[in-house]
Order: sequence, then structure tokens, then C-alpha cells
Amino acid sequence: MMRCGWAVLAAAAIAFCVFAAPVGAQSGPGAAPIFQPGAPGQPSRQISREESLELGQSRYVAADVRFMQHMIVHHNQAVEMGDLVAGRTENPSVIGMAERIALTQASEMDMMRTWLTRRGESTAMDMSDHAHMDHGEMDHSDMDHSAMDHAAMGHGSDHEALSDVPLMPGMLSPRQMAELAAASGEGFDRLYLTGMIHHHQGAIDMVNALLAEPGAAEDPEMSGFVSDVITDQTTEIMRMRAMLAELG
Amino acid sequence: MIKRFKTSTSILVLAGLMAACSPASEEGAEETTTAAEAVPQTREGLAPGLWDAEEASSNMQLVHHVRTPEAFAQPNALWAPAVERALWQAMAAGEEVERPPSPISFANTDLAFTGNRVVMGNWHGFNVFETSADAAPELILSVVCPGGQGDVSVHGNLVFRSVEDNRGRLDCGTGGVEGDVSDERFRGVQIFDISDLSNPRQVAAVQTCRGSHTHTLVPDPSDEGVLYIYNSATSGVRAGEELDICSSGQPDENPETALYSIDVIRVDLSAPETAEIVNRPRIFADRETGEINGLWMGGALEEGGQESAVTNHCHDINVYPELGIAAGACSGNGILLDISDPANPSRISEMSDPNFAYWHAAIFNNAGDKIVFTDEWGGGLGARCRPEDPENWGANVIANITEDGLERQSYYKIPGNQTAVENCVAHNGNLVPVPGRDIMVQAWYSGGISVIDFTDSANPVEIAWFDRGPLSPDELYLGGYWSAYWHNGQIYGPEIVRGLDVLQLTPSEHLTENELAAANLIRFEEANPQLQESFQWPNEPVVARAYLDQLRRGDTDGALLDTVDAAIAAWEGGNAADAASAAAALSAAGEAASGADRARLVALAGVLAEAG
Repeated sequence: MMRCGWAVLAAAAIAFCVFAAPVGAQSGPGAAPIFQPGAPGQPSRQISREESLELGQSRYVAADVRFMQHMIVHHNQAVEMGDLVAGRTENPSVIGMAERIALTQASEMDMMRTWLTRRGESTAMDMSDHAHMDHGEMDHSDMDHSAMDHAAMGHGSDHEALSDVPLMPGMLSPRQMAELAAASGEGFDRLYLTGMIHHHQGAIDMVNALLAEPGAAEDPEMSGFVSDVITDQTTEIMRMRAMLAELG
Repeated sequence: MIKRFKTSTSILVLAGLMAACSPASEEGAEETTTAAEAVPQTREGLAPGLWDAEEASSNMQLVHHVRTPEAFAQPNALWAPAVERALWQAMAAGEEVERPPSPISFANTDLAFTGNRVVMGNWHGFNVFETSADAAPELILSVVCPGGQGDVSVHGNLVFRSVEDNRGRLDCGTGGVEGDVSDERFRGVQIFDISDLSNPRQVAAVQTCRGSHTHTLVPDPSDEGVLYIYNSATSGVRAGEELDICSSGQPDENPETALYSIDVIRVDLSAPETAEIVNRPRIFADRETGEINGLWMGGALEEGGQESAVTNHCHDINVYPELGIAAGACSGNGILLDISDPANPSRISEMSDPNFAYWHAAIFNNAGDKIVFTDEWGGGLGARCRPEDPENWGANVIANITEDGLERQSYYKIPGNQTAVENCVAHNGNLVPVPGRDIMVQAWYSGGISVIDFTDSANPVEIAWFDRGPLSPDELYLGGYWSAYWHNGQIYGPEIVRGLDVLQLTPSEHLTENELAAANLIRFEEANPQLQESFQWPNEPVVARAYLDQLRRGDTDGALLDTVDAAIAAWEGGNAADAASAAAALSAAGEAASGADRARLVALAGVLAEAG
């Protein structure tokens, strides 16, 4: 059982005083029994209503919070890439894809911010996490680290200098973003699609890294969200590869 | 059922809102409502509330409401505004507070029926209720086993349950699962034995590569001792280190990928503990090339159209074993399957639709020549029935099964007058067994319950509905009806937050007393989601009267119908002497008629011929 802080007790007290929860027939004598089964072949045990409710207290871990904070930053770049589409290409497939991705990622960013806020967590990414992130959470064998120069990884000031180092793996570097902004026509299409495939793969890698953390992604909303990230972004990568092939 | 967060609005979806935030509810956990007369006849502007939301209905009434059992309700009502505010303030002040549970942890899900029992699934486990003729369902057992979605089926004393959450554990505990690979994690289909209510046990846990989002029981046509389960799994593929049959990736990279298939599980009912996967058929394969990703690969079918999902799984598979067919709602396509060999389903045909985002559920009409498919645009978590939402998005498609395959005839969506704080989209339902008509009752989450007549598949018509106001005036919470099923004369609706509702249809211009009485003759000992059994009406006068009422609405000769009416009246009085001649006259009229009335004339002739 998790520790119960004073505030939650106070909050519960407020709830019970103000809203006077009814005590139904189910909690009285003759109430229906509540069981928690064991694994197949193992015995079940009868539990109280309180124990049942404790079992429903799904938890989240620090890795979940870091993941959400990082993913907001990561998603934001997809929105920024989408903002570059107007005036730079007339390819309807690219325009449509960019619009869809920007909308989806913006909507997911809202969801992630709310998830964090509801849990009293900051929505901002802790920049001091970087060392940890690069060497631990994000050190994924199938990721492309060639562009990474950890020693040169700057915070802030390097961005103006058009660094080749992205803010985090799976994002475009400031230089790549500048190149995209400078491109137009088919050149833009190609850079956008290539960049977004890389970007999406970065999100998938982030999910895989999260899933490797003990106890991560057990919160049912997290569980559903990360599953959707994998499914949707895999699909979009496939579509964008096909679009790239059509460009020749 | 619920899928994907991505297109939901900026409002985070929340279930929960449970007992402690009840405004002034004095009654116990069960309460009964009977008055339907006073409720307004519009769905617009219904007052919000957890327990006291305003209700409105048309041609149906709520007869019982049983609250979600307290063991499945959050005591600290995290998402109740007052409690929530206190928590936020404490968190902002840097206090050490207990982290709130995820609100979706206690959501009610699907229903299954056996004998006089109703099993209601929940993210947290399942609850079993006993029903009786006049009283509200009574809770007789709660089983706790955290891990959603928790959709259930039942066969005798066996309860089957879908689990897809990462936190699912083999031992039904919440000790956490360490790492991305664990032998304690459970994602798949659980089987519980509840024959001893004082000692329910988990007897099997069939692990699958993508967990279990929903599942369908499929009886073996040649062996009563065997049950198959079609498992529909929508989430990511597990690591091969955790379950060695699993690997992911696209087919060009990995032909063995767990994507692009369903799981077929075989259950020997004399030894359910031996249940196992016996097949993972490639039902989306291209017929010519054999490529396993042969159906829709995602994207919009037409410019400006809806983005349809990629077909690499089914969300629901609705089986009709007597006809040897199944209708699959498979993310980017609707498909028709031959299941005469249930372990080896094979695809007959498929359809796509420019307005469908996510093919979610399907149901046949009784004759098996039409399918209603549903689109869960927004995943059930978004408000999609607002005035500004397209009326063909998040709707039903009604398709005919023709020699050329599946052909869309129409769309149906409830009126777009739900609010921005009500999650709403087409969801689960089943058929109302009125002879001579195709009628479906269906849940629309917070959009309520809707009953449509789709006898004319090109022109579906709503004939009854029930709706409540939102849970909260200013925030969208995951709520409303998960499903709505006709079962033995009643409509049962599991409400995600509020509990189990029992409703009844009332006679109206759209549905006569005789039609309802004929529907009430259909009784099933057992009924499960996505498992369809045909309706065989007994040869009784009221069935004849139901057909007669329907013919009166059309242009059949009134004098003929008067004669038939008299013959039925005589039959009701014990004298069926005139039935045979009435039957002959109806047959003759039937030959000259067309469409649904022709079928009714023939059916009514058959009823009277047998009576005579």
C-alpha cells in the first residue's frame, strides 16, 4: 500500500463531509464477496472493499514523468516542421500528411501536459536530465548515434550557432531545421519526409526505452498512449517511405 | 471499445468520478427509476451531474439503475472537482501526497449473460449480478484482477476476460512488473471458473503477443466440448524474450511479424486450463500475391476524406456460427469471413470507406445478408457528436452482402446535439428480435442509447433513444454507455462510470405492442458480445400480429389484412380453421409484392399455414 499523505486524507475528508457518499447495501452484512484470484492454479483470497480499492491504485514512476516531459519537447518539433510547409511545397500528399501529423502531435501534447498537471508534475523538461537521458534511458542499440557528439552537446547557446546536435536523439538538429526552412518544392518534400521519418523513429525509440524501465507505462493511460505512439507512428513512417519512393 | 488517445481534444480523458463526489445522493447503491413520463423529449441541454444528471428518452424507459459496486469505485474521487483542487493545491505547495490512481482504472466495460446472471467487465476485474423479473440486478460476486480493458464473455461457469494493459499480472496483483520482459506480466485472455461463488478461481491465462483488446467466443459446430476464442489485439507487440512466439515489424522485414493476424485460441471445456493459441491466421493477406498486409495500408481514401487506420488487426469480430460467417471490423477495413472451420477463418470479401477512421464493431441482421459496421472515430474518448462534427464520421455504415461483396447502403449517426463535454461515437450493440424487421440497439457512450430500424438498409430510422446529461458541466470525462444489449426482453447498458442500467422499450408509432411481445418471445440461456445466434420465433398468434401490424404500415390491401386479422383473432380464441385460407391469400399477395413487405407476407403466410 502506498503511503497516505495528510493532504489526501484531508481531501478525502472534504469529499466525505461535503458530498456525503452513500453507504450502499453492498457494504453491509450479506454483501457480495470480493475475491482476488491468484495465478492459474493458485488459490484466490477474499478481500475487503478497501483492499480492492488499494489494488486499483495504479502507479507511475519517474521514468513515466521524464518520458512525458521529453515527448512534449519532441512532439513540439513536429509541429514546428508542419509550420514550415505553407508556401514551401504544393505537393498535396505532403501538405496533407504534415497537417495530420501537426494536429495529432498538438493534440497529444495537450494530453501529455494534462497528464502531468493532473499528477502535480512539471510539464517542462529538466535540462539537467540530459546526461542521464543520453547515457541511460535513450541509449538504445538500434539508434543512430553517429550525429551525436556528447561532449559538444550544448544547452541553449549552441542552437544559435546551428548545431548539428539535436536537442535529443530522434529530433532534427538546429542546422537540419534551418535547411528545411530554406528549402522549397521537391527539395523541401524530401527533407520534410526524411526528417519526419527520423523524428517518428525517435518517438518509437523513446517508447521502447521507456518500456525497458522497471514499472514504467503501467498507468492505464500511459499504457494506451505509448501503444498508440508505436502503432500510429509506425504507420505514418510506412506512408512517408512510400511517398519518398514516389518522389523518385 | 476504447482505443487511442491521439485525436481526443485537449481535454484529458478521465473516468472515475466515483462515490465520494456524489452530490446529495441519499439512496443506497441501488436505486430504481420507473417514471418515464416526466422526462423531456429532447437530448439537447440536459443538465449535468454524476448521479442526478437530467435524463431524456423517447419510446424507451429506464427501469433499474445499479451503481458501480463500491469496491470498484474510487474512495478519494480524484476527479471530483473539490477533491482534485485540494490535491493540486497540496501538490503545488510541495506536500507529500499520495499520487492519485489513474481514473480509467475503474471503468466498466462490456456485458455477458448466462442463466439469470449478468457479468459486467471492468478495468479492475469483473462483477456478477443476478437478475430477476421485477427487481434491480443484485450484485453477487466481485472479482478483482487489475488490467484493462476487461471485456468479458461467459460460458456456463467460465468467465473469459481481455487484458491488454502493461500492468496486467498473472497473479491479478499490482506488485508491478519489472522491466520490459517479465514472466509475471499478463496480457491476453484470462479464464475464470465461478462455479463456486465462495471460491472463484483463475483457471487459465492465455498469453498473446499484443494482449487482448476484445475477444469473441466461437462454439465449435461439431463439438460441444470445444470453444474457440477469436482474440482481437490492437496494441504493441511484446518482446520475444517475454513471449517467444512474438516479434514485430513490417512483413518485408519480418515475415513472422505478430502484426497482420488474429489469435485463435482453443478451449477444451473439460480442461479449460489447457487453453492455447492454435492458429494466428493471416486474414488480411492479398488473395493474389499472398502478401500478409493485403488490405488498407492507412491514409485517406479520397482527398479531404477521413484518414483510415492501417489494417493490421481487428478490433471486433462478430461471429454468426449458424451461418458459418463472421463480420470483422478490422481498423482500416470491414471484412466478411468464412468461419465454417472455426480454427481456420478465411476472408470472403472486404470493404473500405472514405468516412471511416477506425472500423470498430460489426453485427449482422438476423438473415445474415446485411452488416452494420461502426466507426470509432476519436477512439471513444472524444466529443464527436457535436453540431459541427460531420454526420458521416464516427457513424454506422449499413452494408448489404451481395454477390459482388459488401456494398454500403447508408450511414447512420445519432443527431449531432451532444455537447463538447460528452464523449460520443458509434459503439456496441445487438439486435432487437422483432420479426419482420431489422432493429438494432446501440450504445453511443455519453450520447446515450439509440435504437434504429435498418430493415431498409438505405434508409435507417431511429425509433427510440435514451440519453443523460454529461458527468460534469465543464470537463469531458470518459463516461456513458460502453454497450447496449437486448437480452430476454430488457436492454442492459453498462455505464462506464455510473453502473448498470436496465431499460425497456415502450410501444409507440414505431413499434407496436404486438411487435414488442413477439420480440419478448425470444429467450437465450446465454448471450455474449459479438456472438450472434439466430432468432426462431415460436408459432404464436402474437408473432402473426406483429407481421400484421407491419403490413398495416405499408400498402398491402386492407381487405386482405382484415380477413387475416379475423383469422388470427379466431386462432387466439382456439379456432385456427381459417388460418390456412388466410395463409394462401397472403402467399398470393406476397408474390405480387416486393421488399420487406413481401418477406412479411411470406412469413405471415408461413405462421398461419402452420397454425392451420
